[in-house]
Amino acid sequence: MTRSIDRRAVLQGAAAIAAATVAAPALAQARTEVSFFYPVAVGGPITRLIDSFAADFEKENPSIALKPIYAGTYQETIVKALTAHKSGTPPVTSVLLSTDMFTLIDEEAIVPFDDFIRTDADKAWLKSFFPGFMENSQTEGKTWGIPFQRSTVVLYWNKEAFKEAGLDPDKPPATWAEQVAFAEKLTRRDGGNTTQWGLQIPASGFPYWLFQGLTTQAGAILMNSAGNRTAYDAPEVIEALQYWVDLSRKHKVHPTGIVEWGTTPRDFFERKCAMMWTTTGNLTSVRANAKFPFGVGMLPAGKRRGSPTGGGNFYLSKKVSKAEQEAAFKFIQWITTPERAAKWGIDTGYVATRKDSWDTPEMKAYVAGFPAAAVARDQLEFAVAELSTHENQRVTKALNDGLQAALTGTKTPEAAMKDAQAEAERILRAYR
Amino acid sequence: MTSSANRTWTHAWLMLAPSLALLALFTHWPAIATFIDSFYSTPRPRRPSRFVGMDNFEQMLTDPVFWQAMSNNFWFAVGTIPVSIALALLMAIWVNDKIAGRTLARMAFFTPTVLPMIAVANIWLFFYTPQYGLLAQVLGAFGMNSPNWLGSKDTALFAVTVVAVWKEAGFFMIFYLAALQTVSPSLAEAAALEGASRWTYFRRVQFPLLMPTTLFVLVNAVIGAFRTIDHIFVMTRGGPDNATALLLYYIYQVGFSFWDTGYAAALTVVLLALLGLIALVQYGLLERRIHYR
Repeated sequence: MTRSIDRRAVLQGAAAIAAATVAAPALAQARTEVSFFYPVAVGGPITRLIDSFAADFEKENPSIALKPIYAGTYQETIVKALTAHKSGTPPVTSVLLSTDMFTLIDEEAIVPFDDFIRTDADKAWLKSFFPGFMENSQTEGKTWGIPFQRSTVVLYWNKEAFKEAGLDPDKPPATWAEQVAFAEKLTRRDGGNTTQWGLQIPASGFPYWLFQGLTTQAGAILMNSAGNRTAYDAPEVIEALQYWVDLSRKHKVHPTGIVEWGTTPRDFFERKCAMMWTTTGNLTSVRANAKFPFGVGMLPAGKRRGSPTGGGNFYLSKKVSKAEQEAAFKFIQWITTPERAAKWGIDTGYVATRKDSWDTPEMKAYVAGFPAAAVARDQLEFAVAELSTHENQRVTKALNDGLQAALTGTKTPEAAMKDAQAEAERILRAYR
Repeated sequence: MTSSANRTWTHAWLMLAPSLALLALFTHWPAIATFIDSFYSTPRPRRPSRFVGMDNFEQMLTDPVFWQAMSNNFWFAVGTIPVSIALALLMAIWVNDKIAGRTLARMAFFTPTVLPMIAVANIWLFFYTPQYGLLAQVLGAFGMNSPNWLGSKDTALFAVTVVAVWKEAGFFMIFYLAALQTVSPSLAEAAALEGASRWTYFRRVQFPLLMPTTLFVLVNAVIGAFRTIDHIFVMTRGGPDNATALLLYYIYQVGFSFWDTGYAAALTVVLLALLGLIALVQYGLLERRIHYR
């Protein structure tokens, strides 16, 4: 009797073990692994925010394992993503510059989102994003990127410095002329040494982006939507560059040479510059670090107001399985719900990318207590697509080199832009 | 051939095989593949690679950025190699003597070498920051205006050269220090007995004995001048307007920013040829003069 029970127990145990060993790999296989490359371009605890989003998503979707991989700057991230693509094992999804769209299409590295849009809810979701952000997400009638950490260029000013200079601390410059006049009052000199600059517009890393603020205000559009023509040598573009160069050489209210992108916020905190142009993505970091009251405003107008949009989109890799793409798509939809887009915007300063996220209670409370947060959204009305073409990096470098040549004084703005246009023409001819 | 000799040979080849395989796989094959690739256009999904002969090299002749990178690299080499070697020698002789705090001095000189280049670049980025960076503050204390070191075309290349020297000199010092320790003390005693001055002793005894080390250091310095670009990434990204674009940085940019792999391969071939030529001069000519009997 005892023997037979024993035998049964043993058999049951064996069966249980067998079942477990069969089931375990099945369970592991059911968990789809989604690798996710993301870059960090602004100050603040971005990596921690992403990691906590990923953990929350996994909790709600136990069948998906999300692997966020911090891959460096935007530049480094696309290098890693494309290298991985060429070696055959790309990340399932990545956040890359919206302007890299043409490059990614040309390399056949990504798939459009249109194949994943099936229900009416999906269609509504796709329509919910600000049209200004979709300009850099769509071409050839398809949607290739989903706006995520998007931004515009905004003007930050030090209210204390404004008061000291006898300016109204609540009124930023509204026009180009005012910007120069304000900056002249804000520039402080100590003998031959400047202790406080009126204005800083950074020109390292991606000078074209800030410059696009100026060209838009001058009334120029730098490229066509097919991404195969540029207008670097248009008179308005040269005028815009002349204005930038004049800020330092003629009016002496802006440091000469190249102003670093990375150190500009620090210069602002250290009161070395009274006004700065930088991304709205720095908003939260400025709020945490500025030891004085500061204002955030739209960029001043030339012929019109204007700023490029900027920042990163979600892309879906082509060389991964359908199941992985579906899982990534699910995550992208999950992280762009109105509430999460609002949370992301509040925590970082990036513009929440869809209209309805601005109607959430959290966002309303945030904007009520910190009206500066809405500036970038309001500026979207005047925003244009960020410079993006085929062979984007190379065509953009032509412009960047020209800008730096003019700003460092080796070429006149006109010669610099003519050279840049000639180079862009040479590269883009093949895409017409 | 006897069977035992045969077995010895088989043994030898078997022992060598792993290293040979690795060397071929990771050194020779990539070099040959690069050479072949340099004659082909860049493959694109919609336009497969095809044979273009010398096109990539012809493109180089008319590419202003390439020539700028070449000339930048030339001045970078001219700036880094002699200065870092001279500094290394000076530091080595100094810390070789029985000075007070010798260990501390050795450590101080060697510290830059053990720091990762990216960290070094970040430290120097702060030194060079206009207005409140270290250099600006020091110069400001003397009432002088500090230029925008990294943001001006006139000073940017010089500024990144200084960083490379700062980093390399401590590394080369170690080799000189090791070589100095092998110099027999009896030579110094003999020189002292003869009444030779410190300078004469260095010029006639120490320096000639250090020549093989100098050759080794020189080879390393030349390779370093064409290889260290980490700090360019952090400090200037080749800017302003390509003023600090070195050859290897430009190759990276063409290869991994523009994905023009055909052209990047051609540029790499030029870099390899350049380094090969220099190595030939160093080992073919200099070595014969140094290892005198």
